[in-house]
Amino acid sequence: MRIFDPHIHMTSRTTDDYVRMHAAGVRAVVEPSFWLGQPRTSVGSFTDYFDSILGWEPFRASQYGIAHFATIGLNPKEANDARCREVLDVLPRYLVKDRVVAVGELGYDSMTPEEDDVFAAQLALAAEHELPALVHTPHRDKLTGTRRTLDVVRESTLDPGAVIVDHLNEMTVGVVAESGCWMGFSVYPDTKMDEHRMVEILRRYGLDRMIVNSAADWGNSDPLKTVRVAEAMLAAGYTDDDVDRVLWRNPVEFYSQSGRLDLPDTEPDGTQTHDDELVGAGATFQGNSVLRGAGD
Amino acid sequence: MSRMTTATTADALAQVASDPATIERHFPAAARVAGREGGDGDAAREALLLAVPGQAAYVVDVVRRLYEHGDPAERRAVLLALPALDAPERSNAIGDAALPIVRDALRTNDTRLVAAALGPYAATYLDDDAWRQAVLKVIFMGIPVEQVAGLAARSDAELARMVRDFADERQAAGRVVPADALTFLALVDTPDPSPIRAD
Repeated sequence: MRIFDPHIHMTSRTTDDYVRMHAAGVRAVVEPSFWLGQPRTSVGSFTDYFDSILGWEPFRASQYGIAHFATIGLNPKEANDARCREVLDVLPRYLVKDRVVAVGELGYDSMTPEEDDVFAAQLALAAEHELPALVHTPHRDKLTGTRRTLDVVRESTLDPGAVIVDHLNEMTVGVVAESGCWMGFSVYPDTKMDEHRMVEILRRYGLDRMIVNSAADWGNSDPLKTVRVAEAMLAAGYTDDDVDRVLWRNPVEFYSQSGRLDLPDTEPDGTQTHDDELVGAGATFQGNSVLRGAGD
Repeated sequence: MSRMTTATTADALAQVASDPATIERHFPAAARVAGREGGDGDAAREALLLAVPGQAAYVVDVVRRLYEHGDPAERRAVLLALPALDAPERSNAIGDAALPIVRDALRTNDTRLVAAALGPYAATYLDDDAWRQAVLKVIFMGIPVEQVAGLAARSDAELARMVRDFADERQAAGRVVPADALTFLALVDTPDPSPIRAD
């Protein structure tokens, strides 16, 4: 089994997680920039964070055999803090980088006028940089927030097929299915979505444009929830090919719209023939394809 | 909404030569543009840097900013281009002014950056203390030591002592001594404790 986790915050996870993820079949991840729990107060905190998820984190992931990409954006919670608005000015220099495969995560938290402005501005940046967008839906007043999200996407120049609307549930999946956007589900130990409800949603809405992630972070979450969904799908009678479609080919198709998803060749059983490509073209030692460990 | 149309490598080079500020936009995208053209990303980035016109101080400013704003592949490309930017036939050769970024790369824990920092530029300009620490770090991190430029020429008795101590520490702990530590010692160790500069 090969797994692509399209939304996971690896900076919040330990190296043990990378080991377990690789053993379970995870071969690629996308790390969206997000809120860190502790509010930031200056642009410098953001640029160091962006540099980290484009620098140290992919290096760390590569040592455990996992390809790591990122999405960059100003999250809605901090969009409300005037001290963080200047982040919008530095985004263009990040959105041209090789490992940036989308703008995100964007969307609404409390649905303020500031969030409206920052969300619309970043969808315009995505269109300008020919990148798709990863949009989350709010924890509170979720259905209203999802509808308003879809309105903003419609008013943008971005194609709905270039947008994932994430953290969906039984109440919000229907409107997103109709919109043409991709449907994202964050499978958590006790909130948002679980693997058995996920299988019911797949049964009802089909496998088209379906994206499943663990969204694991510093909260109560599990980086192997993608694998649990795959197991639940098989137990419910889905084929290996169906599982491969939802857990690998769908997210690959979505993020490939960036033109920057430079993945190592990976067989459906998870085997890879070119391990030296994991850290990206040109990134290995000249004349030595074996990337040795970073010592102890 | 106007979309960013990605230039070809040739367009990018011409634009940088006439308006060097455009390198901020072309440098990050240069590897994937070159890749689509069947070219090499590091070579394309080096060509862009060499195309920046102006006095050495201006070129150094550009080099430092691209490094500071770069992801690891961009930073590595900047480090690899330093010897060419300092070539004696260039009227605006950068001299030792880019040493701060070499030192920055040597502080990281990214093996690709540490390896790229220890090219001919570091062999020429890095002071003895920093250079010895860097070579020891290379052996410690498992980077192939033969990739360090000027290894035989710059190694001295003090570095040999440091590597020998490192090997002894590993042996005392019952741990494996990296093969490169022994390779290095075979290269530099002589019965004569005097400096072993090969030049």
